[in-house]
Amino acid sequence: MSDMKEPATDVVAEPADEGRKAGFMGLPSLGIADRFANLPTWAKLPIVLLLVAFAFYLPNLNILPFAYVRTDLTSGGSDWGGVLFVVVIYMIVAIGLNVVIGLAGLLDLGYIGFYALGAYSVAIFGSPSSPITQKIAERFDLGEGWAVPFVACIPIALGIALAAGVTLGAPTLRLRGDYLAIVTMGFGEIIRILSRNLDGVTLGPKGITSVPRPPEPSEGFFSSIESAHWYWLALCVLILLIFLTRRLENSRVGRGWLAIREDEDAAAVMGVNAFKFKLWAFAIGATLGAIAGLLFASKQSYVEPTGFALNLSFLFVAMVVIGGSGNMVGVMLGAFLITYLPERFREFQDWRPFAFGVAMVAVMVLRPQGLVPSRRRAREFEDRKHEAEEAAADV
Amino acid sequence: MSEQTMETGTHKAGSGDALLVVDNVTLRFGGVVALNEVKFEIKKGEILGLIGPNGAGKTTCFNVMTGVYTPTSGEIRFDGTKVSGIKPHKINALGIARTFQNIRLFPEMTAMENVMVGADARHKTSVLGALFRLYRVRPKEHELPDNGFARTMAKTFGISRHTLEERAGRKKAMEMLRFVGIADRAHELARNLPYGYQRRLEIARALATEPKLLCLDEPAAGFNPAEKADLMNLIRRIRDSGLTVLLIEHDMKLVMGVTDRLVVLEFGQKIAEGLPEEVARNPKVIAAYLGEPDDAAQA
Repeated sequence: MSDMKEPATDVVAEPADEGRKAGFMGLPSLGIADRFANLPTWAKLPIVLLLVAFAFYLPNLNILPFAYVRTDLTSGGSDWGGVLFVVVIYMIVAIGLNVVIGLAGLLDLGYIGFYALGAYSVAIFGSPSSPITQKIAERFDLGEGWAVPFVACIPIALGIALAAGVTLGAPTLRLRGDYLAIVTMGFGEIIRILSRNLDGVTLGPKGITSVPRPPEPSEGFFSSIESAHWYWLALCVLILLIFLTRRLENSRVGRGWLAIREDEDAAAVMGVNAFKFKLWAFAIGATLGAIAGLLFASKQSYVEPTGFALNLSFLFVAMVVIGGSGNMVGVMLGAFLITYLPERFREFQDWRPFAFGVAMVAVMVLRPQGLVPSRRRAREFEDRKHEAEEAAADV
Repeated sequence: MSEQTMETGTHKAGSGDALLVVDNVTLRFGGVVALNEVKFEIKKGEILGLIGPNGAGKTTCFNVMTGVYTPTSGEIRFDGTKVSGIKPHKINALGIARTFQNIRLFPEMTAMENVMVGADARHKTSVLGALFRLYRVRPKEHELPDNGFARTMAKTFGISRHTLEERAGRKKAMEMLRFVGIADRAHELARNLPYGYQRRLEIARALATEPKLLCLDEPAAGFNPAEKADLMNLIRRIRDSGLTVLLIEHDMKLVMGVTDRLVVLEFGQKIAEGLPEEVARNPKVIAAYLGEPDDAAQA
């Protein structure tokens, strides 16, 4: 999963041992991630495919001892597919927030706001019981029970999130560090409070029911109980988003973000349009958050304001920080641990805040960079190979 | 595109036309006058030294030129365009690049990536271009891959601008790293590089933006004599490749050795201007700058 290159370059098969040699040569403590990144493309592909296949197989996992990872072994345990679904949703959130925090270095404490926007836009436009759709139906005489179909809700949700990201970003991205964090936190709260009080749009604390589902191959395929199906859908979305985000990371835009994170003034003097790139980071983060919220709302088929409390924002930031800010694999691991562990160990529910606190402190003391720190060695190896080729060509 | 900078070496030292004009620039911070009616020109193809005792306003002068500060009054014109008051990245686009007195690299990026950020300044790919790569460019003959199938694909469908720019940036970065002589550690994180390498990396990064005017802010700070000699050479090579250089430096030997002309600032005011030998003999300068034992001693 670490390095998806363009198809055009994939065609050129690289000699296997050349890549390996460069990796082990004189460099101490190569982690699994480094070794993997250093494999030639043909060796990476099957590993990635295997991982993806395993991820798709997970809901049906029934072979001992692996089945112990399931969360529904004890009575009262959570639905395994449902847990997997939430894990993937939060992975999408973590990837999105990683663009904002990990790459562009903008501390966003109101990310839940975008998640809520995604959820509410699909509910407001897609549900026949929302006041807005009812009004539209009445105005244009579309008949009882009309609503915007799910597929059309996607661009609406993305558009709203994008607009919100830009509207929030344009005035606030002039702020830096803590000040930005406070403003974004305010934004998250504004969205939640609006959703609770705008009765005419969101039905307030009652919430909106019958949020639309994606197009189904057969009746009830995407009903809320079929969590495995939802998991698979979310997984497909996640893979697509990983692919796209990687493309951004390994481009002029990604470098611009890193440069801004490292030293904004120096970046500006080197020709990086800092404001524009920060705004893009915000907008892309917002869009990813909205996609996650949209999927979540659609599966629940119900949205209500209490689902978007401020502490979720902090949880999202915790995922990014624990996993390894700036590293996509890291933040996904963070999302997985923070969502999965509490579900797996429900028996010890009373100890949850305690365990969470201890884990946080432990991570911060032992691995302040996060569990999978963004070491960016992988890229170096890649460069080194290219350079060797170029040097050979130059002489 | 990458060859451009290196081959436009048509202007020789001080060909006469002013490249940058600092026109009566005043900068005030509240009651403090950092620059007072400063006025000088940089001619195309010359190496101009900007000297003065600590706190004279040299770095402030740089900051005004590169858009970090907007002058209170007066203006700066670069190649006929007014640059005072516009954003730093736009000034860079016009062709002014700089280094910093206290090194400001991107520490968690490799040397190569640092320079690529500079090279990106001349590129256009933005978010949508990088995401979808639909903007195809018909590649030139030398840009085509050797491999048969890839070659046919590239010929038929073109190559995305992203890919071409990425390759060009990489090539440019390597070229610049070699030019300043630090290519051997191109793939180390900037923060792990030794001090001298970091200083030169800053120059490489600035050069990668393909500037017309390169402003160096005390590039020799902390260098030993051998390194200083190397640096003098490098500065000359930069000028010979067709750039104009503005140099802030404390080390008088270096300044006298490499610059074509000098401008001397003291307390935000220009007190002298001229050929290095003239300036060195100017009693005002001697009093203000060379006369001070702690500055003169290190020369």
